[in-house]
Amino acid sequence: MNSRTWSVWRAQVEAILRIEIKKTLLARRGLWIYLLAFAPAVLFWIHAGLNLRHGRICDLGRDSLIFAGMFQFFYLRLAIFFGCVGVFMNLFRGEMLEKSLHYYLLAPVRREVLLAGKYLAGVIVTAAIFCSGTALSLAALLVHVPRAATEQYLFASGGLGHVLAYVGTAALACVGYGAVFLLMSFLFRNPVVPAALVLAWESMNPFLPSLLKKFSVIFYLQSLCPVPAQVRGDWSFLAVITEPTPAYLAVPGLLLVTLAGLWLATRKVRRLEINYGTE
Amino acid sequence: MSEREILFENVSKFYGEVLGVNRVNLTIPPGITALVGPNGSGKTTLMNLMTGLLRPTQGRISVLGVAPDQPELLFRFVGYCTQYDSFPRGMTGYQFIYSYLRLHGQPDKESAEMAWQALERVKLTDAAHRKIAAYSKGMRQRIKLAQALSHCPLVLVLDEPLNGLDPLVRAETIALFRALAEEGQHVIISSHILHEVDAISDQVILLSSGYVVAEGQIHGVRTEVEDHPMQILIRCSRPAQLASRIFDLDTVVEARVHNDGKGLLVRTKEPERFYLMLNRLVVDGVDLESVAPADDDVHSVYEYLIGPDGGSI
Repeated sequence: MNSRTWSVWRAQVEAILRIEIKKTLLARRGLWIYLLAFAPAVLFWIHAGLNLRHGRICDLGRDSLIFAGMFQFFYLRLAIFFGCVGVFMNLFRGEMLEKSLHYYLLAPVRREVLLAGKYLAGVIVTAAIFCSGTALSLAALLVHVPRAATEQYLFASGGLGHVLAYVGTAALACVGYGAVFLLMSFLFRNPVVPAALVLAWESMNPFLPSLLKKFSVIFYLQSLCPVPAQVRGDWSFLAVITEPTPAYLAVPGLLLVTLAGLWLATRKVRRLEINYGTE
Repeated sequence: MSEREILFENVSKFYGEVLGVNRVNLTIPPGITALVGPNGSGKTTLMNLMTGLLRPTQGRISVLGVAPDQPELLFRFVGYCTQYDSFPRGMTGYQFIYSYLRLHGQPDKESAEMAWQALERVKLTDAAHRKIAAYSKGMRQRIKLAQALSHCPLVLVLDEPLNGLDPLVRAETIALFRALAEEGQHVIISSHILHEVDAISDQVILLSSGYVVAEGQIHGVRTEVEDHPMQILIRCSRPAQLASRIFDLDTVVEARVHNDGKGLLVRTKEPERFYLMLNRLVVDGVDLESVAPADDDVHSVYEYLIGPDGGSI
């Protein structure tokens, strides 16, 4: 493979990115994804606003635990999960339903390059949305804390590391779930079916044998969260976390699951046919 | 494998249990080739197979030596104007062509230049920055044509390309197809409008219920239809007198005076022999104006082989 081939592929991926990002990022029908992504931030900002207004002193330790719970049980398992269902299941399937996928297939683009371009566009869009959602929520958490305490938290107590870990985990969640749902879009016509199946599988993760645990995304993501979530009462079963995997294993593990999903998707896209009549 | 032709070798395509096309063997040379057949006869399936949008259930296809499952090579020299009337959301006409050329890996400047050239070719420059969703049917057809032509392909595959075009643009488009064919390119057209197909195509492929019923130059196809003797229209003075002489010929199956009384309609199984004999029959007092086949066209061949209502014979 020579450099000319690479430069053509790069140009083609850039062209796909331009089309897809514009289409996905500004899609009116994707509004619900923004709602999922920014709802926690809105709540944290309201909370911060009320605290500031009433002059209440913030308990950063308690708030960071609340954030950890929200991040693991709402953001990772529901918001990013369903956001990725909405974006990645539509990359090919949505265009098949709109009968416009042939536009790409009539260009001299290797199917694998097309898949890579679309996947990358999906990751960029979802990561941009959910990483900003995470960052905004964290900002709301700190906005009503006295400046000195904020500096102490960020620079002396490892808070900055936590912020980066949360944002990075959100981005990795988009990478992992993106690959899973891109593959699922080739296997299922109705997105509800794979979404339900994967959600069930991910929810069962804490109870699975250790080998099976590794074939999931949440297993690695939970290990990357800097603060363990604490859940009491009836929901405590959600907090069953076995020995967390160290980050140096969790990140490559997640990337391996991602690559496996993408590899299987390339096999499907290579055999993809335009047959709008049956969709 | 031929580098100059499009080959189908024993190609079949089934949609589950439904037949798309069956056991198709074709060799398509450069020039204008028309795919003719009723709805559901397999024209679009054949075009989609040729361009890799569908994969054959069995058999092999080669387009100028390239297999359709290699889009990265195929679409460097193939342009396909599909019948699908949907476009990527929110695109203007210009963006539609420009982005398509960028997908080819063309740099920004060249893509822009080629996009404008293509838009100019189909007379859409004024509407270039309007959203395709606001285009009329004819404009949408033209923008699809512009896309197919934009990278100057050697093989143009056009599924009902004249649909929705006004007469002026239609005539210009046909002239464009002719010019491309004269340059040695392959232009493969499917159409329901038989007189247009007749006027522009160098050869035809007749399809019915997924089978190729006939293929080749229209005259050759007509000659092979032995069940229907060739009809010849003779324009002459005193047709009744000529008819009485023509009846004596053993090659003639039927002869009757034309409805307008200014000629004869003759049916013969051996047209070449008939033409030779006709010279001897023309006697004093009968002025021959013209002699021409009356059913040596796509319309008649279609009717004889497929039936007037599009059903199989």
